[in-house]
Amino acid sequence: MATETHDHAHDHRPPPDEDGPLTYYQTMEIAVRELLIEKEVFGADDVRAAIETMDARSPARGAEVVAHAWTDPAFKEALMADGSAACASMGIELGPLRLIAVENTETVHNVIVCTLCSCYPRNLLGIPPDWYKAKAYRARVVREPRAVLREFGTEIPGDVAVRVHDSTADMRYIVVPRRPAGTEGWERERLAALVTRDCMIGVTVPKTP
Amino acid sequence: MSDDPGRGYHDIGGLPGGRIERAEHAHALWEMRVDALMVLLTHPERRVITVDELRRGIEQLGAEAYDAMTYYERWIASVTNTLLGKGVITADELGRRMAEVAARDGEGAG
Repeated sequence: MATETHDHAHDHRPPPDEDGPLTYYQTMEIAVRELLIEKEVFGADDVRAAIETMDARSPARGAEVVAHAWTDPAFKEALMADGSAACASMGIELGPLRLIAVENTETVHNVIVCTLCSCYPRNLLGIPPDWYKAKAYRARVVREPRAVLREFGTEIPGDVAVRVHDSTADMRYIVVPRRPAGTEGWERERLAALVTRDCMIGVTVPKTP
Repeated sequence: MSDDPGRGYHDIGGLPGGRIERAEHAHALWEMRVDALMVLLTHPERRVITVDELRRGIEQLGAEAYDAMTYYERWIASVTNTLLGKGVITADELGRRMAEVAARDGEGAG
């Protein structure tokens, strides 16, 4: 069907050979960047710094936040009350974005999406995976979340509710997964290693050690 | 994709869809630069563009282009259209500079 033909044939191609001829949009990017630098909207160093900042963001930051919440009830309470402020207290600035943490429990499993585009808690998880931005996930996860989760190898019991949260430009979600049994007494770092990107999107759950 | 005239082509939540393709690609440098461009233009100190304007621009590309373009191609097209609309750059400047960039690229490759 039409929704199958979209992003995936294009988005998964390997990075273009930098020696090959520029595509139209690559040419456009260079031209726009040069013009903006000449007009002093920003400097060339700002572009480099922004790329380095983005490169430094990875799901490890989100995992630190989750592990902190697992081990510190006061922090967890703060995170659930105001995600942006709680992250700021750990030195992770989200700017004007409102971050909402949603917690998986015995009775509720959460999963996040941006049906309209690709809004994502980038400060905590980095750039979203291709499938998060592609149509199949965006279209289906709000309609048949259990079937989508099954494709990711995640079976949610029938008596557990599945809640899907649709992000916006100004409001981003992160899933706080359930702490696996058998991790009592673990240090934060060891716990953080269990928390993957996909757990914080909600399409998987942390593996029991 | 949708025959419902009340629904934009980007507005796909709840529509049927195929299997989720889970392969991921490494971002090319030019894609990272487009990302950086957007981060810089939306920065609270500059506020040249907002995230909503980026999305509106993508929603105005047309269904055919939306489906044919890659993710960051949509971004740079939307950012550029928004900058043109706001008069931050002019169509003339852009056209000339793109021709120069393409010419430089041709020389380098030859």
